[in-house]
Amino acid sequence: MAGGQENGRLARWFHRRGWSDIIIAAPYVWLILFFLIPFLIVLAMSFATRTPTAPPFSFGGENPIMNLRGYQRLFEDDIYFRAFLTSVSNAGFSTLLCLLIGYPMALCLTRVSTSWRNILLMLVILPFWTSFLLRVYAWMGLMGTNSWFNKLLTGAWNGIVPDDMALRSIQMMNTNFAVILVTVYTYLPFMILPLYANLEKLDRTLDEAAMDLGSRPFRVFVDVTLPQSIPGIIAGGLLVFIPAAGELVIPSLVGNSAQPMIGRVISDEFASARDWPMASSVAVALLILLVIPMMAYTYFSGKAEQRLEDRK
Amino acid sequence: MQMRAPSSDAALTDPFIRIENVSKSFGTFQAVRNVSLTVTKGEIFSLLGGSGCGKTTLLRMLAGFEAPTEGRIFIDGQDMAGVPPYLRPVHMMFQSYALFPHMTVEKNVGYGLKHEDMTPAQRIDRVAEMLDLVQLSQFATRKPHQISGGQRQRVALARALARAPKLLLLDEPLAALDKKLREATQFELMNIQEKTGVTFIVVTHDQDEAMTLSDRIAVMDKGEVRQVGRAADIYENPNSRFVAGFIGSITTFDGTVSGISGDTAQVHVPEWGDTVTARMTEGIGPGKPVSLALRPEKIILSRDRPEGPNVQHGVVRDLGYFGKDSLYRVTLPSGKLVLVHAVNARRRGERLADWDDAVWLSFEPEAAILLAQ
Repeated sequence: MAGGQENGRLARWFHRRGWSDIIIAAPYVWLILFFLIPFLIVLAMSFATRTPTAPPFSFGGENPIMNLRGYQRLFEDDIYFRAFLTSVSNAGFSTLLCLLIGYPMALCLTRVSTSWRNILLMLVILPFWTSFLLRVYAWMGLMGTNSWFNKLLTGAWNGIVPDDMALRSIQMMNTNFAVILVTVYTYLPFMILPLYANLEKLDRTLDEAAMDLGSRPFRVFVDVTLPQSIPGIIAGGLLVFIPAAGELVIPSLVGNSAQPMIGRVISDEFASARDWPMASSVAVALLILLVIPMMAYTYFSGKAEQRLEDRK
Repeated sequence: MQMRAPSSDAALTDPFIRIENVSKSFGTFQAVRNVSLTVTKGEIFSLLGGSGCGKTTLLRMLAGFEAPTEGRIFIDGQDMAGVPPYLRPVHMMFQSYALFPHMTVEKNVGYGLKHEDMTPAQRIDRVAEMLDLVQLSQFATRKPHQISGGQRQRVALARALARAPKLLLLDEPLAALDKKLREATQFELMNIQEKTGVTFIVVTHDQDEAMTLSDRIAVMDKGEVRQVGRAADIYENPNSRFVAGFIGSITTFDGTVSGISGDTAQVHVPEWGDTVTARMTEGIGPGKPVSLALRPEKIILSRDRPEGPNVQHGVVRDLGYFGKDSLYRVTLPSGKLVLVHAVNARRRGERLADWDDAVWLSFEPEAAILLAQ
């Protein structure tokens, strides 16, 4: 009880000094300064006109305030739509694979002893200690046609297929497969950690109750564990899908340049074409397409949270 | 405290559940030590003991969540070794109720039925019948978080009973309810058991609950069963100081048997300050050290010296007034503190004795419990 009183005193002190207001305001100030204002700049830029000046846009010309050329071109040139589809399909497959690989791993983390759990959690996070670029380059080495990894896979393939389908090597680099592989590798922890946090909170007595009522272990998983882990699946899914869809580095390094993803398109418009208004239009369109699932997530997780609260 | 009507003695010869020399160790810790018990069909049997006495471990072995390290368990003649929980004809009502939060009340109750060979219509009927049994029909479509604690307890009971198990295990069934609800629910549980005829094994730490609910009680301590019997047997004839002290209040004295005549023994009890006459029990012989145990309500407190044996005087040190009765703490000349329980049958407000009053204590030879040490 003494601790609670201490807490209360501290809270009152904070309140009196106005510290609590400052602490609450800090993240909002951060978001306004570094997200809302830059976004408004990009939004404004998307309505500007491209000029050969520096910076390469102005609000003058034939459509002084609202130049919708950027948005028109989104529909006229199908490169944008195809880039969007490639992004969504690569990110979608990556998310699905992360879920299929990450769910058993997260579940396993909740079922092992505490000492093992800490070691395994460490191993999940450990790759972040090495430079991300270094890890992508390592994959590039592995996927190259002369690597032992490629030769091993080629040998295995040639061993099971008829001779007329035999390959000299497997083309992995510069394909969507490579993008998905490296994306899954990179983003897997973002799937595992929220799923683990969700699964770890579940009451294991419910599993026993289901088993007691006649369900075999797999049935228990389907009936009890899976439905209760939906908030974790949604959280992990969005944490993988949204950044994977906007990913620039992975597709640039290992992807197929004939099928660019949306991040690459934005980067090219900005840097190579120096068409800032066009790049801004694509960025705004992408944001809108990604904000909708985000809002859906907030809505669903809010509902799930409410359910958990009510139960107490 | 109300006692259940005793079930027929003939039933004792037909053990429905047989626990044979069962032990369970977790690493070096022995949770259950060599327990042997039999439970009759249709009985309410309680495992009573403090926390860590092994009662819950024994229950979990019956449900199949733990395997005995040694010994065997038979349910209806079938050896349960290696039978997983989902194949046992046993259902459990968990202490936390363990209702599925994402399912409605009727889905919860019907959960076990999908493993039964039933048509959907039969399943719906069975769920309705179960909800009717626990009087929750109007809450069928609610989720567990939308009903009260007492209602959740009844959903858990209905769910565990829906598949008509041979044995129902109840882990502290009333512990999560408040006092008033607990009393009402006790009788409801007994009614439901009578209606369904299912054998109940109840784990509880609450002696009142065990005595009210059960046909028989096994008192457990440190993984061992200390005594098995009807509530009245255990209360009136405890076989050890532990059981005597665990069930109800009691005052115990150390003494030595000085003589035996017929079915009574003469016991020299220095703390009482005299030789007392008490009913003989097994294992008592002349010259042997014994414990003399006296229930507070078996001691008669009076202002005037009573006739008969086992009389001593003392001074009221403390008293607690509970309305219908009072509890006195009386010091004997030896300094020993004795608990005495007296019913306040007199006119209102008038107590039998007050603080620092000199009083007389006495007890019938029949009322004393002699325990071999």
